[in-house]
Amino acid sequence: MRARLAAWAFVVPLVVYLVVCYAYPLYTNIDLSLREHTVRTFVYGGAPLAGFANYATVFADPAFRTALLNTVAFTVVSLVFQYTIGLALAVFFARAFPLSATLRALFLVPWLLPLIVSASTWAWLLNSESGLVNAVLGIVGAGPVNWLTSPSWSLVSVTIANIWIGVPFNLVLLYSGLRNLPAEVNEASALDGASGWQTFRYVTFPLLRPVSAITLLLGLVYTIKVFDIIWIMTRGGPSGSSSTLATWSYELGFGSPLPRFGPSAAVGNVLILMALAAGLVYIRAQERR
Amino acid sequence: MRTRYWRTAVGVLLTAVMLFPVYWMIVVSLTPARDMRKSPPSLFPASPTLEGYERVLREQLPYFGTSLLVALGTVVLTLVLAAPAAYALAKLWPAGRRVFGFVLLVAQMIPGIIMALGFYGIYVRLGITNTVWGLILADSTVAVPFAVLVLTSFMASVPDELLQAARIDGAGPWRTFVSIVLPASRNGVITAALFSFLWAWSDFVFAATLDSGGPLQPLTLGIYRYIGNNNQEWNSIMATAVIASVPATVLLVVAQRFVAAGLTSGAVKD
Repeated sequence: MRARLAAWAFVVPLVVYLVVCYAYPLYTNIDLSLREHTVRTFVYGGAPLAGFANYATVFADPAFRTALLNTVAFTVVSLVFQYTIGLALAVFFARAFPLSATLRALFLVPWLLPLIVSASTWAWLLNSESGLVNAVLGIVGAGPVNWLTSPSWSLVSVTIANIWIGVPFNLVLLYSGLRNLPAEVNEASALDGASGWQTFRYVTFPLLRPVSAITLLLGLVYTIKVFDIIWIMTRGGPSGSSSTLATWSYELGFGSPLPRFGPSAAVGNVLILMALAAGLVYIRAQERR
Repeated sequence: MRTRYWRTAVGVLLTAVMLFPVYWMIVVSLTPARDMRKSPPSLFPASPTLEGYERVLREQLPYFGTSLLVALGTVVLTLVLAAPAAYALAKLWPAGRRVFGFVLLVAQMIPGIIMALGFYGIYVRLGITNTVWGLILADSTVAVPFAVLVLTSFMASVPDELLQAARIDGAGPWRTFVSIVLPASRNGVITAALFSFLWAWSDFVFAATLDSGGPLQPLTLGIYRYIGNNNQEWNSIMATAVIASVPATVLLVVAQRFVAAGLTSGAVKD
């Protein structure tokens, strides 16, 4: 009984914290999305209930379709490239060689840098007039690309930057997955005369499937909610061409002098449902392992 | 032997390609303003200058101070909340691990932008936007779930015999926690502290929503302002970015094993 009491005394601060700093903001968000807010009611309260009017407004807005499709494209393309590059690097690093540990550590740098640093560095690399990328394109004879200011390239640009940031994460998880595979399997496969590619394709890759699933699902959870990179590089623009649900929600609430908190919260709640759906699949997969 | 060095050469090349943007950030930070629009840009700092850094020291110093304060405050708050809870879940009440583990995993998945809007709604009504401690409280939400999960797994591996010995000597739960469990799970505490620091140091979403009009603003907003001013002085922007990257670099050099441990235990980054 005393032990139970002590346990509670140690956990109670965390419980209070979770209620105040998680449950309450989330409740506030739902409440915001169900009311008709002005700046005045936002500060002093007393906004009338609006039911699902904010959601209806959001779904009817053509910007919703764009943001949703962009979110899906940004997430899928990021995951495919991060995973493929991460896996190739993990296989490369799986066999130790001089300096391999140091180089593997250096690969973590993009993941550890503050996002504002990565985003502003990429913004300057991709700058239309003075960026290095366009300078290199000019040398090989290709015309300059308006990476961040043209509607057809802005989403590609932020996706490239996001892939760069996500590769280390995939590398580390897949590398530790590879190291945990039994060594005998690869040896047996090699003894049977399988080539390096055949061993990978028919032995290593299938054995790695559970780790791959975890890596991709965790990546999915994190990529859906990416905000900083996109907002800092393009602010979701030009004219919504690189907006995702996360940046559009922020833009509605904070991006203009006339905030629309209700719709902003509504978009946020759609995003949270997507993130939680991905999260629950991840937790199921993690438990099955 | 030869094939191994061949691998090293390829490895160095791959690393160089991957880290090129970081190299470029440093080059630009050392480029004089007059060469900034040079076409094509030179790949090496041809006439390196510290003018960007001088300007940063002149204009951005308060931002750095605020970021340091916010990051350290977040570390303290996170550890004070997470360590006792982790001890309880690891040793006193293991049955609670399942429920709390699930709740904390879900909490980690909530998009930062949604938390930011919720906090903003609350802070505006309470009149506590633009305060440093308000920002610390919000920043801690990124770190607390991770810290509890990491510390629980570290503390669970502290041998029960140690705790029993302490109890026989008459130590209560608090005494046991402070003088046995905490020192024994030192590596877990370091991992949790490092990541809390790094995330609070790097935070942009909460700073932009909750502290964009305050007297004390963190350096992520300093850089953002620099870019937003349609500023041509990219050497100053990149110099700020270089200095802002120092904690991450130090972390990687002095605490690489903690970083890898944190990452593989499901570390999160928004």
